[in-house]
Amino acid sequence: METLLFEFALTCYFAATIACGLELFKGTKTTSRIMFGLVVAGFVLHTANILARYFISGHMPTASLHEASSFFSWCIVLLFFFLEYRYRVGLLGSFIMPVVFVLMLTSSMLPRKIENLSPLLQSSWLFIHTAFAFIGDAAFAMAFGVGIMYLVQEHYVKSKHLGGLFKRLPSLQILDEMNYRLITIGFPFLTLAIITGALWAETALGRFWRWDPKEVWSLITWFIYAAVLHLRLTKGWRGKKAAILSIIGFCIVLFTFFGVNLLLKGYHTF
Amino acid sequence: MKIAVVGLNHKTADVELREKLAFNGPKLEEGLFSIKAIAGIKEAAILSTCNRVEIYLTVTDLQQAFSSLKDFLVQFFDLKRDSLDTALYLHEDMMAVKHIFRVASSLDSMVLGEPQILGQLKDAFDFALEKKATGALLNRLLKKSISVAKRVRTETRIASSAVSISFAAVELAKKIFTDLSGKSFMLLGAGEMAELAAKHMMNNGVQEIAVANRTYERGCELAHEFNGKAIKFEEFPEKLVNTDILICSTGAPAYVLLKEHMQKAMKLRKQKPVFLIDISVPRNIDPAINDMDNVYLYNVDDLNDVVDTNKQERQKEAEKAEEIVEEEIETFKKWLSTLDSVPAVVALREKADAIRKEELERFFNRFPALGEKERKAIEGLSGAIMNKLIHGPTVALKDDAEDKDIMISVIRKLYGLNGDDDEKR
Repeated sequence: METLLFEFALTCYFAATIACGLELFKGTKTTSRIMFGLVVAGFVLHTANILARYFISGHMPTASLHEASSFFSWCIVLLFFFLEYRYRVGLLGSFIMPVVFVLMLTSSMLPRKIENLSPLLQSSWLFIHTAFAFIGDAAFAMAFGVGIMYLVQEHYVKSKHLGGLFKRLPSLQILDEMNYRLITIGFPFLTLAIITGALWAETALGRFWRWDPKEVWSLITWFIYAAVLHLRLTKGWRGKKAAILSIIGFCIVLFTFFGVNLLLKGYHTF
Repeated sequence: MKIAVVGLNHKTADVELREKLAFNGPKLEEGLFSIKAIAGIKEAAILSTCNRVEIYLTVTDLQQAFSSLKDFLVQFFDLKRDSLDTALYLHEDMMAVKHIFRVASSLDSMVLGEPQILGQLKDAFDFALEKKATGALLNRLLKKSISVAKRVRTETRIASSAVSISFAAVELAKKIFTDLSGKSFMLLGAGEMAELAAKHMMNNGVQEIAVANRTYERGCELAHEFNGKAIKFEEFPEKLVNTDILICSTGAPAYVLLKEHMQKAMKLRKQKPVFLIDISVPRNIDPAINDMDNVYLYNVDDLNDVVDTNKQERQKEAEKAEEIVEEEIETFKKWLSTLDSVPAVVALREKADAIRKEELERFFNRFPALGEKERKAIEGLSGAIMNKLIHGPTVALKDDAEDKDIMISVIRKLYGLNGDDDEKR
């Protein structure tokens, strides 16, 4: 049942991603409505899937890589709705839905069995720690999408070829502002995720920090985004530089998320 | 009754002639009354703008009306007899409808897609309506052309991009800053184009304006005009820190705004974006500045390129608009045909006959015992009643009366004869 829900959600997101592509090449009111409708449908099914897994397993469904990357995409879609409501900028979906779809596709290819939670992880910290981590990561994913939009639009303005998407992409100022806002949302959540993780490690294992690969890479991510914010405020690294940094930042987030699990070993690995 | 358009525009007449033919001030009312009084002209409205003078008419005898109208124009504007021969065009019937739809949708304008014409057309008809010079037909035609123009506006992107340098600059500024209110603006040097661009910027919300001109007095004058403040020309590099948008046209032979000026300013303003517009020839802003981050420099050629691509886009959109016009002509044609008496008479008879047949069938079903003879008699009786009843309206429709079109629409309404779907929409 819950697997079926997942498949349907994935299908909706896939169709939405195709609609997003159409939206890019031939934007009309209809394509953007269809796209939005598909995202909403996918989100509802996806939510049902996550709730189902929660009730079956009795714990936050972020305990396997399949669950985690599914929950990660769920957070991104939630944030997407919020940004659509708050900013109403054109073409946002076209730049973020592919990310959601790829994450979901990856999730679909990973083992979906609901595992019994190892005693080590059985704690309400699981909920707090992973929720913070994924909200933060979702904000960084969004900043990545917005950063790409910025680079595209900046390219149009700078090269003076105002064709293509120039008219439909939002202004540079809005994109830069969104990028900044998203990182200011993501950064505190990442910080909280690291702190709650340390506290959890302390209660479960007796030590705050064990230089587990995930911990190390999270710290690297934290430094990157700290640098993004710091450089913006002191050196005026805004616009293009900020956009590029947020793209690099998200690549590191992805590595921390998948790479560490698949390539390196540690107690975060499942 | 025929719809006709008589007029001249920027394509058929030069500005000298258009000037002479302008119906402005009291001439508009005087002209309208005189035209309405011409024999054979039933309705009239005059559109007079700097690019076109057109008279919309419904006439009973077109050729006669046209030649008297021409005589009137020659005499009214004191022209030479043959001066109008090549300039004046005459469209009739569906060509006239098409023409007015195209004018309203700005497909016939000098600048394709420019928005003013629709308002001017509305004003022209409002005035004619107020002076009771128009009737059902022209009023309907105007209403329709407004809706056609709106459809064109929403379904095509004919008016969505800037086709003048100053508007292109505003459009770009909006893609850099979103909202221009609260942005500060500097005018470096003075020139007609720069002032025009400054005006557009102000119309779009720019509030703070600084003017730096070589002659300080001229700068002060300009600053006064824009409600801004004048600064000394030598001081402008320092003021760059607080300038978001700059328009430069100084007429200096070399670069005035150098890269080091901008580098210093950008550092101080923490890289907040700047939009520079250089409309001077030779250029006054070092083009190397465009390589800096968060600085966007456009010169005259760049803006002209933007305008050219936008014009091409409008041309493409105009093709879609022409299709819309063709479609709408069809619906207007349908409506016009309901004004014709023959289809109305036919529709009336068909409706009456349908009712008669239905009732007869019901009656015969109720009394199956009736013999063939009785049936025939009853059929004959109902036919006679029907014919007598519709005789009056039929005669009224066929009569070539003055108010025939009103009669047709009344009868269509009274008897619920369809064919006027457009009205209900």
